[in-house]
Amino acid sequence: MITVVAIMAIGILVGYLLRQKRKLIGFLERLTTWAIYLLLFLLGIAIGTNEEIIRNLPTLGGRAFIISVAGVLGSILLSWATYRLFFKKDEEKQE
Amino acid sequence: MRGSLTILAFFAAGILLGFKDMLPQWLTATDLSSYALYLLMFLVGIGIGGDDRALKAIKGFGLHIFLVPLTTIVGTLTGVAAVYLLLGQEPFTDMLAVGAGFGYYSLSSIIISEIRGPELGVVALLANVMREIITLLMAPIFARYFGKLAPISSGGATSMDTTLPIITASSGKEYAIVSLFHGIVLTILVPFLVTFILSLQS
Repeated sequence: MITVVAIMAIGILVGYLLRQKRKLIGFLERLTTWAIYLLLFLLGIAIGTNEEIIRNLPTLGGRAFIISVAGVLGSILLSWATYRLFFKKDEEKQE
Repeated sequence: MRGSLTILAFFAAGILLGFKDMLPQWLTATDLSSYALYLLMFLVGIGIGGDDRALKAIKGFGLHIFLVPLTTIVGTLTGVAAVYLLLGQEPFTDMLAVGAGFGYYSLSSIIISEIRGPELGVVALLANVMREIITLLMAPIFARYFGKLAPISSGGATSMDTTLPIITASSGKEYAIVSLFHGIVLTILVPFLVTFILSLQS
Protein backbone atom coordinates (compact mmCIF):
# COMPACT_ATOMS: atom_id res chain seq x y z
CA MET A 1 0.00 0.00 0.00
CA ILE A 2 3.09 2.20 0.02
CA THR A 3 2.29 2.62 -3.70
CA VAL A 4 -0.77 4.74 -2.85
CA VAL A 5 1.25 7.11 -0.69
CA ALA A 6 4.10 7.34 -3.21
CA ILE A 7 1.67 8.13 -6.05
CA MET A 8 0.09 10.86 -3.96
CA ALA A 9 3.49 12.36 -3.11
CA ILE A 10 4.34 12.48 -6.83
CA GLY A 11 0.95 14.12 -7.43
CA ILE A 12 1.72 16.83 -4.84
CA LEU A 13 4.98 17.61 -6.61
CA VAL A 14 3.29 17.72 -10.04
CA GLY A 15 0.52 19.92 -8.61
CA TYR A 16 3.07 22.31 -7.15
CA LEU A 17 4.81 22.62 -10.52
CA LEU A 18 1.47 23.15 -12.29
CA ARG A 19 0.04 25.57 -9.70
CA GLN A 20 0.00 28.52 -12.16
CA LYS A 21 -2.13 26.62 -14.69
CA ARG A 22 -5.54 27.31 -13.11
CA LYS A 23 -7.58 25.89 -15.98
CA LEU A 24 -5.77 22.57 -15.96
CA ILE A 25 -6.03 22.34 -12.15
CA GLY A 26 -9.75 23.07 -12.38
CA PHE A 27 -10.22 20.31 -14.94
CA LEU A 28 -8.24 17.84 -12.82
CA GLU A 29 -10.36 18.73 -9.77
CA ARG A 30 -13.52 17.80 -11.69
CA LEU A 31 -11.81 14.58 -12.73
CA THR A 32 -11.05 13.93 -9.03
CA THR A 33 -14.74 14.21 -8.21
CA TRP A 34 -15.59 11.65 -10.89
CA ALA A 35 -12.86 9.29 -9.69
CA ILE A 36 -14.43 9.47 -6.21
CA TYR A 37 -17.89 8.75 -7.68
CA LEU A 38 -16.51 5.73 -9.55
CA LEU A 39 -14.71 4.33 -6.51
CA LEU A 40 -17.66 4.70 -4.16
CA PHE A 41 -19.88 3.12 -6.82
CA LEU A 42 -17.44 0.19 -6.92
CA LEU A 43 -17.35 0.02 -3.10
CA GLY A 44 -21.16 -0.06 -3.19
CA ILE A 45 -21.02 -2.99 -5.60
CA ALA A 46 -18.54 -4.84 -3.40
CA ILE A 47 -20.95 -4.42 -0.49
CA GLY A 48 -24.12 -5.19 -2.44
CA THR A 49 -22.71 -8.48 -3.69
CA ASN A 50 -21.57 -9.47 -0.19
CA GLU A 51 -24.54 -10.96 1.65
CA GLU A 52 -22.71 -11.12 4.97
CA ILE A 53 -22.07 -7.37 4.98
CA ILE A 54 -25.67 -6.61 4.00
CA ARG A 55 -26.91 -8.82 6.85
CA ASN A 56 -24.55 -7.12 9.33
CA LEU A 57 -25.27 -3.57 8.22
CA PRO A 58 -27.01 -2.52 11.48
CA THR A 59 -24.08 -3.85 13.58
CA LEU A 60 -21.57 -2.12 11.31
CA GLY A 61 -23.56 1.11 11.66
CA GLY A 62 -23.40 0.79 15.45
CA ARG A 63 -19.63 0.27 15.38
CA ALA A 64 -19.28 3.31 13.11
CA PHE A 65 -21.39 5.45 15.43
CA ILE A 66 -19.31 4.57 18.49
CA ILE A 67 -16.02 5.35 16.73
CA SER A 68 -17.43 8.58 15.33
CA VAL A 69 -18.70 9.88 18.68
CA ALA A 70 -15.47 8.84 20.44
CA GLY A 71 -13.39 10.73 17.89
CA VAL A 72 -15.51 13.86 18.08
CA LEU A 73 -15.56 13.87 21.90
CA GLY A 74 -11.82 13.29 22.17
CA SER A 75 -11.05 16.06 19.70
CA ILE A 76 -13.37 18.70 21.17
CA LEU A 77 -12.11 18.05 24.71
CA LEU A 78 -8.49 18.47 23.66
CA SER A 79 -9.34 21.47 21.48
CA TRP A 80 -10.88 23.12 24.53
CA ALA A 81 -7.47 22.87 26.24
CA THR A 82 -5.62 24.12 23.14
CA TYR A 83 -8.03 27.03 22.87
CA ARG A 84 -7.64 28.04 26.52
CA LEU A 85 -3.85 27.71 26.46
CA PHE A 86 -2.89 29.19 23.10
CA PHE A 87 -5.72 31.03 21.39
CA LYS A 88 -7.91 32.76 23.94
CA LYS A 89 -5.04 34.90 25.21
CA ASP A 90 -4.25 36.14 21.69
CA GLU A 91 -7.87 37.13 21.28
CA GLU A 92 -7.90 39.11 24.51
CA LYS A 93 -4.75 40.90 23.45
CA GLN A 94 -6.41 41.98 20.24
CA GLU A 95 -9.46 43.29 22.03
CA MET B 1 -23.40 19.41 0.66
CA ARG B 2 -24.73 18.69 -2.83
CA GLY B 3 -21.43 16.98 -3.62
CA SER B 4 -21.76 14.75 -0.54
CA LEU B 5 -25.25 13.69 -1.56
CA THR B 6 -24.08 12.81 -5.08
CA ILE B 7 -21.26 10.70 -3.64
CA LEU B 8 -23.70 8.83 -1.40
CA ALA B 9 -26.10 8.38 -4.35
CA PHE B 10 -23.34 6.67 -6.38
CA PHE B 11 -22.54 4.51 -3.37
CA ALA B 12 -26.21 3.56 -2.90
CA ALA B 13 -26.59 2.83 -6.64
CA GLY B 14 -23.58 0.50 -6.40
CA ILE B 15 -25.11 -1.39 -3.47
CA LEU B 16 -28.44 -1.74 -5.25
CA LEU B 17 -26.98 -2.91 -8.56
CA GLY B 18 -24.61 -5.28 -6.75
CA PHE B 19 -27.41 -6.65 -4.60
CA LYS B 20 -29.73 -7.20 -7.58
CA ASP B 21 -26.89 -8.87 -9.47
CA MET B 22 -27.41 -6.63 -12.48
CA LEU B 23 -23.80 -6.05 -13.45
CA PRO B 24 -21.58 -7.21 -16.30
CA GLN B 25 -18.85 -9.64 -15.24
CA TRP B 26 -15.88 -7.43 -16.17
CA LEU B 27 -16.93 -4.72 -13.72
CA THR B 28 -16.66 -6.93 -10.67
CA ALA B 29 -13.96 -9.36 -11.81
CA THR B 30 -11.12 -6.97 -12.58
CA ASP B 31 -8.75 -4.84 -10.53
CA LEU B 32 -10.58 -1.73 -11.72
CA SER B 33 -10.85 -0.30 -8.21
CA SER B 34 -7.09 -0.54 -7.58
CA TYR B 35 -6.28 1.40 -10.74
CA ALA B 36 -9.02 3.93 -10.07
CA LEU B 37 -7.57 4.42 -6.57
CA TYR B 38 -4.10 5.07 -8.01
CA LEU B 39 -5.58 7.64 -10.39
CA LEU B 40 -7.52 9.25 -7.54
CA MET B 41 -4.45 9.51 -5.29
CA PHE B 42 -2.47 11.14 -8.08
CA LEU B 43 -5.28 13.66 -8.68
CA VAL B 44 -5.72 14.36 -4.96
CA GLY B 45 -1.98 15.02 -4.77
CA ILE B 46 -2.16 17.49 -7.65
CA GLY B 47 -5.05 19.29 -5.97
CA ILE B 48 -3.02 19.65 -2.77
CA GLY B 49 0.21 20.71 -4.51
CA GLY B 50 -1.60 23.26 -6.64
CA ASP B 51 -3.29 24.91 -3.65
CA ASP B 52 -1.33 27.71 -1.96
CA ARG B 53 -3.99 28.67 0.61
CA ALA B 54 -2.27 26.61 3.33
CA LEU B 55 1.00 28.49 2.86
CA LYS B 56 -0.83 31.81 3.02
CA ALA B 57 -2.54 30.79 6.28
CA ILE B 58 0.82 29.94 7.90
CA LYS B 59 2.14 33.38 6.94
CA GLY B 60 -0.93 35.07 8.41
CA PHE B 61 -1.20 33.13 11.68
CA GLY B 62 2.28 31.95 12.60
CA LEU B 63 3.35 28.47 13.50
CA HIS B 64 0.95 27.85 16.38
CA ILE B 65 -1.75 27.34 13.77
CA PHE B 66 -0.23 23.84 13.44
CA LEU B 67 -1.44 23.09 17.00
CA VAL B 68 -5.02 22.90 15.72
CA PRO B 69 -4.66 19.91 13.36
CA LEU B 70 -2.29 18.30 15.88
CA THR B 71 -4.98 18.69 18.56
CA THR B 72 -7.57 17.05 16.32
CA ILE B 73 -5.32 14.10 15.52
CA VAL B 74 -4.25 13.43 19.12
CA GLY B 75 -7.76 14.08 20.49
CA THR B 76 -9.51 11.85 17.97
CA LEU B 77 -7.10 8.94 18.33
CA THR B 78 -7.19 9.24 22.16
CA GLY B 79 -10.99 9.19 22.09
CA VAL B 80 -11.02 6.10 19.90
CA ALA B 81 -8.37 4.43 22.07
CA ALA B 82 -10.49 5.12 25.18
CA VAL B 83 -13.49 3.43 23.58
CA TYR B 84 -11.31 0.48 22.61
CA LEU B 85 -10.24 0.09 26.25
CA LEU B 86 -13.88 0.19 27.35
CA LEU B 87 -15.38 -2.11 24.71
CA GLY B 88 -12.43 -3.52 22.79
CA GLN B 89 -14.05 -6.10 20.56
CA GLU B 90 -12.37 -5.35 17.26
CA PRO B 91 -8.70 -4.96 16.31
CA PHE B 92 -7.31 -1.76 17.81
CA THR B 93 -5.65 -0.64 14.56
CA ASP B 94 -8.93 -1.14 12.65
CA MET B 95 -10.72 1.28 14.98
CA LEU B 96 -7.87 3.80 14.89
CA ALA B 97 -7.75 3.69 11.08
CA VAL B 98 -11.49 4.42 10.88
CA GLY B 99 -11.03 7.32 13.31
CA ALA B 100 -8.07 8.59 11.27
CA GLY B 101 -10.44 9.31 8.38
CA PHE B 102 -11.27 12.58 10.23
CA GLY B 103 -14.52 12.96 8.29
CA TYR B 104 -12.85 12.48 4.90
CA TYR B 105 -15.17 9.57 4.19
CA SER B 106 -14.68 9.17 0.46
CA LEU B 107 -10.94 8.70 0.49
CA SER B 108 -10.60 6.93 3.85
CA SER B 109 -13.30 4.35 3.07
CA ILE B 110 -11.76 3.63 -0.33
CA ILE B 111 -8.24 3.16 1.06
CA ILE B 112 -9.47 1.05 3.99
CA SER B 113 -11.52 -1.17 1.65
CA GLU B 114 -8.46 -1.77 -0.52
CA ILE B 115 -6.29 -2.74 2.45
CA ARG B 116 -8.73 -4.43 4.86
CA GLY B 117 -11.73 -5.32 2.71
CA PRO B 118 -15.18 -3.83 2.17
CA GLU B 119 -16.57 -4.60 5.64
CA LEU B 120 -14.25 -2.18 7.43
CA GLY B 121 -14.65 0.11 4.42
CA VAL B 122 -18.37 0.42 5.21
CA VAL B 123 -17.64 1.16 8.86
CA ALA B 124 -15.19 3.88 7.74
CA LEU B 125 -17.69 5.37 5.33
CA LEU B 126 -20.50 5.47 7.91
CA ALA B 127 -18.33 6.69 10.80
CA ASN B 128 -16.86 9.54 8.77
CA VAL B 129 -20.18 10.61 7.24
CA MET B 130 -21.52 10.69 10.81
CA ARG B 131 -18.62 12.91 11.86
CA GLU B 132 -19.60 15.42 9.19
CA ILE B 133 -23.27 15.29 10.17
CA ILE B 134 -22.52 15.60 13.91
CA THR B 135 -20.41 18.68 13.16
CA LEU B 136 -23.09 20.27 10.98
CA LEU B 137 -25.67 19.76 13.72
CA MET B 138 -23.58 20.51 16.81
CA ALA B 139 -21.05 23.19 15.76
CA PRO B 140 -22.81 26.07 17.56
CA ILE B 141 -23.11 24.05 20.79
CA PHE B 142 -19.48 22.86 20.60
CA ALA B 143 -18.27 26.45 20.09
CA ARG B 144 -20.27 27.64 23.07
CA TYR B 145 -19.18 25.02 25.59
CA PHE B 146 -15.74 23.93 24.34
CA GLY B 147 -14.32 27.06 22.75
CA LYS B 148 -13.98 28.30 19.22
CA LEU B 149 -11.62 25.58 18.07
CA ALA B 150 -14.05 22.79 18.99
CA PRO B 151 -16.23 22.94 15.82
CA ILE B 152 -13.06 22.98 13.73
CA SER B 153 -11.64 19.90 15.47
CA SER B 154 -14.96 18.15 15.26
CA GLY B 155 -15.19 18.85 11.53
CA GLY B 156 -11.81 17.24 10.89
CA ALA B 157 -10.80 17.28 7.23
CA THR B 158 -14.22 18.68 6.28
CA SER B 159 -13.41 21.98 8.04
CA MET B 160 -12.02 23.24 4.71
CA ASP B 161 -15.21 22.78 2.70
CA THR B 162 -18.53 21.19 3.74
CA THR B 163 -18.50 22.27 7.39
CA LEU B 164 -16.66 25.59 6.85
CA PRO B 165 -19.85 27.71 6.65
CA ILE B 166 -21.30 26.43 9.94
CA ILE B 167 -17.87 26.71 11.62
CA THR B 168 -17.54 30.33 10.50
CA ALA B 169 -21.04 31.03 11.79
CA SER B 170 -20.29 29.38 15.16
CA SER B 171 -16.70 30.48 15.86
CA GLY B 172 -16.57 33.77 13.98
CA LYS B 173 -15.03 34.93 10.73
CA GLU B 174 -11.58 35.29 12.26
CA TYR B 175 -11.49 31.50 12.59
CA ALA B 176 -12.29 30.81 8.93
CA ILE B 177 -8.60 30.78 7.98
CA VAL B 178 -7.73 28.47 10.89
CA SER B 179 -10.55 26.18 9.81
CA LEU B 180 -9.40 26.16 6.19
CA PHE B 181 -5.79 25.47 7.15
CA HIS B 182 -6.81 22.72 9.57
CA GLY B 183 -8.91 21.00 6.89
CA ILE B 184 -6.15 21.17 4.30
CA VAL B 185 -3.54 19.70 6.66
CA LEU B 186 -5.83 16.83 7.68
CA THR B 187 -6.82 16.16 4.06
CA ILE B 188 -3.15 15.75 3.20
CA LEU B 189 -2.48 13.53 6.24
CA VAL B 190 -5.49 11.18 6.02
CA PRO B 191 -4.02 8.85 3.33
CA PHE B 192 -0.67 8.72 5.11
CA LEU B 193 -2.10 8.13 8.60
CA VAL B 194 -4.67 5.53 7.54
CA THR B 195 -2.09 3.55 5.55
CA PHE B 196 0.44 3.82 8.35
CA ILE B 197 -1.96 2.70 11.09
CA LEU B 198 -3.12 -0.31 9.09
CA SER B 199 0.49 -1.28 8.36
CA LEU B 200 1.08 -1.65 12.12
CA GLN B 201 -1.12 -4.73 12.16
CA SER B 202 0.82 -7.94 12.41
